[in-house]
Amino acid sequence: MDAMLSPYRVLDLSDEKGQFCGKILGDLGADVIKIEKPGGDDSRKIGPFYHDQEDSEKSLQWFAYNTNKRSITLDLEKVEGRRIFLNLVRKSDFIVESFTPGYLDGLKLSYSDLEKHNKGIILISITPFGQDGPYKNYKAPDIVAWAMGAHAYQVGEPERAPLRMSHHSQSYLHASGQAAVAALLALHHRNNTGDGQYIDVSIQESVLHSTDQQETTGRWDAIRQLRHRGMAWPRTGLTTTSRWKCKDGYVIFVYWFGLSAHYSTPLVELMKEENEIDDFLANFDFAKFDWADATQEIWDKLAEPTQKFFAKRTREQLYNYALTRRIQLFPIQNPSDILDDTQLASRNYWVKLDHPELGDSITYPGPFYKSNETAVRLDRRAPLIGEHNQEIYHQELGITEKRLLELKQQGVI
Amino acid sequence: MTKQILEGVKIADFTWALVGPITTNMFSIFGAEVIKIEGRSRPDSRRIAAPFKDNVPGLNRSANFNTYSLGKKSIALNLANNKGIEIAKRIVKWADVVVENFAGTAMERMGLSYPILKEIKPDIIMLSSSPTGQTGKYPSVRAIGSHLTALSGLQDTAGWPDLEPTGLDSYTDFISPYFNATAILAALDYRRRTGKGQYLDLSQYEDCIHFMAPMILDFTVNHRVNSRLGNKTNNAVPHNAYRCLGDDRWCTIAVFSENEWSSFCDVIGNPSLSNDPRFSTFNNRKENEDELDKIVENWTILRSTEEIMQSMQERGIAAGVVESAEDLVEKDPQIKHRGFFLPIEHPETGVYRAPRSAYILSKATPDVRRAPLLGEHNEYVLKNILSFSDEEIGELLVEGVVE
Repeated sequence: MDAMLSPYRVLDLSDEKGQFCGKILGDLGADVIKIEKPGGDDSRKIGPFYHDQEDSEKSLQWFAYNTNKRSITLDLEKVEGRRIFLNLVRKSDFIVESFTPGYLDGLKLSYSDLEKHNKGIILISITPFGQDGPYKNYKAPDIVAWAMGAHAYQVGEPERAPLRMSHHSQSYLHASGQAAVAALLALHHRNNTGDGQYIDVSIQESVLHSTDQQETTGRWDAIRQLRHRGMAWPRTGLTTTSRWKCKDGYVIFVYWFGLSAHYSTPLVELMKEENEIDDFLANFDFAKFDWADATQEIWDKLAEPTQKFFAKRTREQLYNYALTRRIQLFPIQNPSDILDDTQLASRNYWVKLDHPELGDSITYPGPFYKSNETAVRLDRRAPLIGEHNQEIYHQELGITEKRLLELKQQGVI
Repeated sequence: MTKQILEGVKIADFTWALVGPITTNMFSIFGAEVIKIEGRSRPDSRRIAAPFKDNVPGLNRSANFNTYSLGKKSIALNLANNKGIEIAKRIVKWADVVVENFAGTAMERMGLSYPILKEIKPDIIMLSSSPTGQTGKYPSVRAIGSHLTALSGLQDTAGWPDLEPTGLDSYTDFISPYFNATAILAALDYRRRTGKGQYLDLSQYEDCIHFMAPMILDFTVNHRVNSRLGNKTNNAVPHNAYRCLGDDRWCTIAVFSENEWSSFCDVIGNPSLSNDPRFSTFNNRKENEDELDKIVENWTILRSTEEIMQSMQERGIAAGVVESAEDLVEKDPQIKHRGFFLPIEHPETGVYRAPRSAYILSKATPDVRRAPLLGEHNEYVLKNILSFSDEEIGELLVEGVVE
């Protein structure tokens, strides 16, 4: 059984800004070769690390976004390195890179150079602000990209600083997702015309697409109003919440009114059965009530018994009620909860990959799709530095063992 | 006009809300013919979502709908009516791809499951993007983006450590479309090579966990449960958004290396700061981060965020304006230079600005056209695509099959 993209090869030159693009293409079946500088890619230094051991072969960020890839080392700044690279380009379909704008031009490896060697090649560049414009050389770690794409403005509390999301870079994942879509659009174009092309992905523009246009530019265009942090929802200016404290954390639940009242009533019914409700909430007519008439007092009277009910129960108890009684209530989960989730387990979501050099096997998020027709493959842990030098250079490109040794001595591989 | 990349690709679009429409929008702006199957008796939740142009409600006036349905064609069908289902099937017979994002198993209940559609069109590609997938113990969970943001762990990573998680709205709705669109494009290529269609079952819960993967591994390997940290990170300090001159104006600044730190002290006109024992090493700065943040903010509060960004970036220090929608649409010179927003004329809302794709292709220009009015293409779809006669169309209207 073939995978969807099994005929295609991707050369992945990118750092953490673009590695998820190659992973998506790899999960769809492409042969992805991660090309690292001799000694290994800098993104291998990003934590967290396996058993907290800071080591280029133990980055969990690297593990997460380089599964299904092979690795070779190659110095593109050496003439011989570029010669080998061009040989690979002739046998490949996509190249993903995230160097600063102009870097590949300086090496004579721009799109117009590469298409002379392979007119079907698709080159994808992922950079903070794109290849041109006044900010093209600006630096953008996640916190900056997230801010300049208008996401931070909306996240956080009104009286405190705008926020990014904690830990790894969300901005880069969005850019990689956009890049993967663009790569396959270009493949479609190539199927029709035989020509490859150049793709310029902007991380700032990707972040902007990760915000709800209803709340950002759409809101501005329609009613000249900005969405501020912590703005109540539904939007009234009242202090309300959709995130409720329970015994061991938080759950999400929203009261709806009018035509959507049926989302509110199952919880009220449950509270009645459990005899943990007051007269106001028990008799409240969600269908007749118009949220536009809401006052802080009404909201507080709805919220108080609800909060009491939640506070006595755990997330698991509440979620079990929700699943069996179709209440739209969900636990705010952390990684530990997610690993325990029944639905994910019953879909065999998790994949265990062997890391023989660690004498261990590690549980990973599984493939992102299920197909009735094509092979879905997630069977290769992220590669070690240059793990496939021999396999790719010798067996696939036919470079002799003697020559490989010379290249190694010259620091090319 | 040159041929669009996806010209000739035909999509029967049963989607609603956000995940599905954003997915098919990625196709319509590159020339695919997307028929949006919707209804007047049960309109797409986005058509009734505020804000509306000038705060005047109307099915064709939602900023949200008009952004994510660019260039699609709309047929208003009553799918609660058997004849409506029959017409939907005829659209499927015409199509290459069916996309839907109802709760799991909903298409089956409507009589539009993959096995049935495959009989109508043997090489059809069908993609379902549901909250929890089509199989397993809980396949038909009804959930929206904010629920999935909670389930997938993303919600817990946003906010301050001393407060409840902060609002993220329906963040995951902007993640799942990448997975949907790449799967459909890959399936189109597979069909070109083999002649075979397929059924693709995507769970939004599952695909969004990929945006949590390093934290998932930190748990499966190190048994560590990470949570929200405000703006702090372990490899940079200062690393925060700082209040600037003006009303709710902020600038992000991130200092990673020792070189950047010494340039940073220069830029804020306080070179002696780098000799201050509280801040002399990375670890000391990390230890006294809150104190350092106060010193930084005492400097930023007197200056405009734009000026700070420029003076930092000129010295190789990462810094950026916390942009509002107004900044992006009206001011940001980078966005202007790249022509990111495209003005579109709409008969009910006047001109609005739609974003193009987040990428520029060297051999294709996105074909960004306005979103359709509800039922705008009833006649086109029924007559030109499905070859109904005027008389038959009249009957369908009278019977309320076409709305």
